[in-house]
Amino acid sequence: MSTDPLFVPLARAGASAMPTVAITLNGEALQVPVASSVAAALLATGVRRFRNSPVSGEARAPYCMMGVCFECLLEIDGTPNRQSCLVSLEAGMCIRTQDGLRDLLAEACDPALALARALEASHGL
Amino acid sequence: MMNVSDTIVIGGGLVGCAVAYGLARQGASVTMLDEGDLAFRAARGNFGLVWVQGKGFGSAPYARWTRSSAKLWPRLALDLMEESGVDVCLEQPGGLWFTFSDEEHEQRRIVMQGIQDDLEGDYPFEMLGRQDVLARAPALGRAVIGASYLPLDGHANPLKLLRALHTANLRRGVRYVSGQPVDTIVPQQCAEASLFTVQSRWQAPRVVLAAGLGNRHLAQQVGLYAPVVPNRGQVLIGERCARFLDYPTLFVRQTDEGTVQIGDSMEEVGFNDEVTTDVLADIARRAVRTFPVLSGLRIVRAWGALRILSPDGLPIYEESRRYPGAFVASCHSGVTLAAAHAFHLARWVGGAPLPDECTAFGGERFLTPHDQLRHVH
Repeated sequence: MSTDPLFVPLARAGASAMPTVAITLNGEALQVPVASSVAAALLATGVRRFRNSPVSGEARAPYCMMGVCFECLLEIDGTPNRQSCLVSLEAGMCIRTQDGLRDLLAEACDPALALARALEASHGL
Repeated sequence: MMNVSDTIVIGGGLVGCAVAYGLARQGASVTMLDEGDLAFRAARGNFGLVWVQGKGFGSAPYARWTRSSAKLWPRLALDLMEESGVDVCLEQPGGLWFTFSDEEHEQRRIVMQGIQDDLEGDYPFEMLGRQDVLARAPALGRAVIGASYLPLDGHANPLKLLRALHTANLRRGVRYVSGQPVDTIVPQQCAEASLFTVQSRWQAPRVVLAAGLGNRHLAQQVGLYAPVVPNRGQVLIGERCARFLDYPTLFVRQTDEGTVQIGDSMEEVGFNDEVTTDVLADIARRAVRTFPVLSGLRIVRAWGALRILSPDGLPIYEESRRYPGAFVASCHSGVTLAAAHAFHLARWVGGAPLPDECTAFGGERFLTPHDQLRHVH
């Protein structure tokens, strides 16, 4: 199935230029339009592959945009498997497409990652 | 118009499907009546274990029956693959049952030794110390001091199992009727045989009650007794991750696709299959205590489902004396026992004697009061 959107971005349709914010995608700087969610911003920028299915290896992209299908998973600011359609876009976000599965054992062996995780968690250290 | 077949199976869950599959393999014409998606479907809410260890302490027949099914499971998985094209993802690397104190470890040893003695030694369990468990499960938390291990234990994908059985049944000519709840069975005695009329539409000389919790009500109509009650279990489903656990355990397992399934609870709350935050929190806490790497796991789903429990927790298999040809089959282990149901129990429904292990499982045992113990795991 084609992932080409049926909608035309307002900017391209002649509206005044949309405000953008800077993020990085797979380490490269990217200007994305201000949007409510990370998924919407990336789609509007033309990103078509968000991850590979860990089961079939196929390229995947957002489908439902409402938190149900789990197709839009991305690594956002170091945390893998985040549903990007439910994450609010913020300037400076460090986003990576996901190839393969999250690896809990590898994360457990990485003290820096473990500390960052603990600080981020709502229950703290 | 009346629809006539050799056997009517009431219930399209794992028990009904496995028995129907076995009957179809014998060449019987089978009609399966399935209530529909509003039914309490244990077959769609279970944990997916093929679990032997610990089952049947104090009931050697149940231990034998469970063991025989686990041994037949590889054949079931292969046959289903061939006939349905569905890989049910069976793995039997042996299962781990964790202990958290010396006292608990010793109690577990006594249980496992008791079953081994009852089974004349053919029950190769091991009690593992912490280092041996760590070698098998490197993500183990500090709280775990050891485990019991039985090589026969395993797990499968229970949804794929249900689909594989339905697909194989359709290919073997089983007539599957969905959206057909059953509340009325009218038995008739004609000469030597019985004739059963279900919902005034379906007729057969044999009928199998595999309706889960519905068996309680249906059994009475054909001279059988199946006092089953609901028992709720809640589970959490975690995101897919790279393999961190190669062995099934009683309350954490990782599926072939990486999904983490975390269980479970045992609650007597009637016909209520909702989830509750306090119970889910307890379930999560126990899983994290056992495997601390799960503390950052994203939970993607949670559900409750109802077990079908008899007063002593053991299965109920019986043919009606008053109306021969009416059979009841109830159990809470539709996955573990699927192979025994397909290859052994279906023969009994087809006319063979009841397997030796099953003679202890008549529903009438509940009519004579005695000490009733629950046997679950």
